[in-house]
Amino acid sequence: MNHLFPILSVLAYLLSFVLYVRFLSTGNKLTGRLGTVLLGLGLIAHYFALLERSRGSHTVPYHDLYGSMSLFGWLLALTYLGLELYHRQRSVGAFVLPFILVFFLAAHLAPADRLSPPAVRGVIFALHVTLSILAYAAFALSFVLSLIFLGEERLLRRHRVGDVVWRLPPLELLAQMSQSSVLVGLVSIAAGTALGFVWVDRLSSQYSFYDPKYVITLVVLALYALYFRLARTTGWRGARASKLCVFNFMIVVLSFTVVNLYFSHSHRYF
Amino acid sequence: MEIVLVGLNHRTAPVEVREKVSFTAEQARRAAEELRARGILEETLVLSTCNRSEVYGVPPEFSHECAPGLSTFLSEFHSVRADVLSVSLYHHYDHEAVRHLFRVAAGLDSMLLGEAEILGQVREAYRFAHEHGATGPVLNRLFQGALEVGKRVRTETELGTRPMSVASAGVKLAERIFGKLHERKALVLGAGTVSEQVVSQLRDRGIAQLYVMNRSRDRAEELAKRFEGKVVGWGEWDSALQSADVVVSSVSVEEPLLRREILERAMAARGNRALFLMDLGVPRNIAPDAAELYNVYVYHSDDLSEIVQQNRSARESEIPKAQGIVDEHVAKFLSWQASVDLVGLVDALRVKMREERASFIRARMESMKHLTETERAHVEKLMDEMLEKLLLEPAERLRGEKELRRKIQNVEALRDLFLSYREKP
Repeated sequence: MNHLFPILSVLAYLLSFVLYVRFLSTGNKLTGRLGTVLLGLGLIAHYFALLERSRGSHTVPYHDLYGSMSLFGWLLALTYLGLELYHRQRSVGAFVLPFILVFFLAAHLAPADRLSPPAVRGVIFALHVTLSILAYAAFALSFVLSLIFLGEERLLRRHRVGDVVWRLPPLELLAQMSQSSVLVGLVSIAAGTALGFVWVDRLSSQYSFYDPKYVITLVVLALYALYFRLARTTGWRGARASKLCVFNFMIVVLSFTVVNLYFSHSHRYF
Repeated sequence: MEIVLVGLNHRTAPVEVREKVSFTAEQARRAAEELRARGILEETLVLSTCNRSEVYGVPPEFSHECAPGLSTFLSEFHSVRADVLSVSLYHHYDHEAVRHLFRVAAGLDSMLLGEAEILGQVREAYRFAHEHGATGPVLNRLFQGALEVGKRVRTETELGTRPMSVASAGVKLAERIFGKLHERKALVLGAGTVSEQVVSQLRDRGIAQLYVMNRSRDRAEELAKRFEGKVVGWGEWDSALQSADVVVSSVSVEEPLLRREILERAMAARGNRALFLMDLGVPRNIAPDAAELYNVYVYHSDDLSEIVQQNRSARESEIPKAQGIVDEHVAKFLSWQASVDLVGLVDALRVKMREERASFIRARMESMKHLTETERAHVEKLMDEMLEKLLLEPAERLRGEKELRRKIQNVEALRDLFLSYREKP
């Protein structure tokens, strides 16, 4: 297997992380812009790494742990870059990049798995998986943003206004970014789940309609919809909504790990 | 000497002198015209702010003699006694003048270290002088360099990012919560000097709506009128606090004005939307336990003063970085100055003339077939000598020109006359 693209991806992400951290500590705008450029390059290299692997296995990269974790990292990077460009705010990059790097590296360090891919593939199945992983990535991003919100809010309430507070995004912008991210996640998970049901419906002879994964996915959907509502219009806006967002992500992690690996019949890796 | 600077600032002159020597736009234009008409300067730029009045120029002669002439001119122009003015004025020449201007543009020479306004004032002064034809190649290059320095210092350092007054620190903190204040409303309690400072800052930051509440309605109306705000009746807390996002309080009271229960009620009415309270009164206007309320951020004057102190140290720590950028650009300007010569141009001219001569001779010789090869060579040699004498020798002589301004003009004139754009070295 050609290691060029994975190596380029790691280098670009690492350098981007260093630049984002430097931007956060010095406020140098040029450094921040370079961080964004490097993240973009990392995304491109990561895309080719995924593509190369997919061509090798003749499928989209989700049928093993490597594939789903790597795709998760890529979609997280993509969602973050979109959010950064949309909100013109790059000071949270230093907090997001470690997650991207961890997932990318973990995917490479994960043991090779010979699990046989699902019996039937196709566009609906591919979209179901991709959209679901995109939703998880968007939820992960909202989790990071909520943690930053809680940290910054704490510092502001305690009057500890140091260097970082002056460079972080305003609280309301962080809340907006988190909500934008959750919105992406909600739309993706709703569409992904619907497509999943369509796929199961077509293959009802092979897959059961009663999988614990379905239940937890609907719980996740409901919890994020609740967050979206509470964070925008009620007395829960602010730190309480952010705490709910953090809690919701714990459920997502539970869904992605314990439920997938030990309870689900058909969702081992996604 | 190629660049001269004469001026005064907050460090060298008291405000009484500074206000006498300041220039309006019209005065700046007139001063520039007179300085050129009297032959004191060939290029002129007047930079006048509330803390400094400086005249930058390029004198016509190669001497230091224009500084006294400039001082006398300033004394006459503003009708200030020469002996009063002379103790306040400073003179800088060449690289010292360049360094001074670059430091000014960087905010390193400002009363408030790193202040942002000065760069805009330098830009405006340059634009004005340029539009009126007062600048030339030297000052154009100098001020473009200064603007670049100012921009870089603001982009690459944090010299100007942190608020340095209690009022601006409070407003910037509000921005940490709400972001831009364009869609926010503010309530100001009290109509004294402190309130006025904060209101001015809020207006500068684009606050959407301003409410003023004061015991004396007249004073509230006066402040509201000046800053396009609305007056709210004293004590109408419920309505005022429901819509305001930022509250600034600077009232003389014995007991806290905004008690916890008032704010509790307000927060319930506003659906827990964040509320930022800036308490600048002594004794405190806002009950300390109000800070415990959900989504309520309370900052007292001591908290803000502490932040200002931290910011001052942070700004000072950025000085070496900003100074580095200034030094880099001074070196760049000096190297540009030194590189303005005619070597490249004369070489390009020589090549061009030889080409022209060759094609000219080719065309003419067709009709002079009776000439032998030796005679033809002789004609070519004569033509070369003539071109050398008429054009290249004078161009070479211009190399010796010491005055930068004239040198640049000569280079540009020669380029425009003899070389097409593509051929310009």
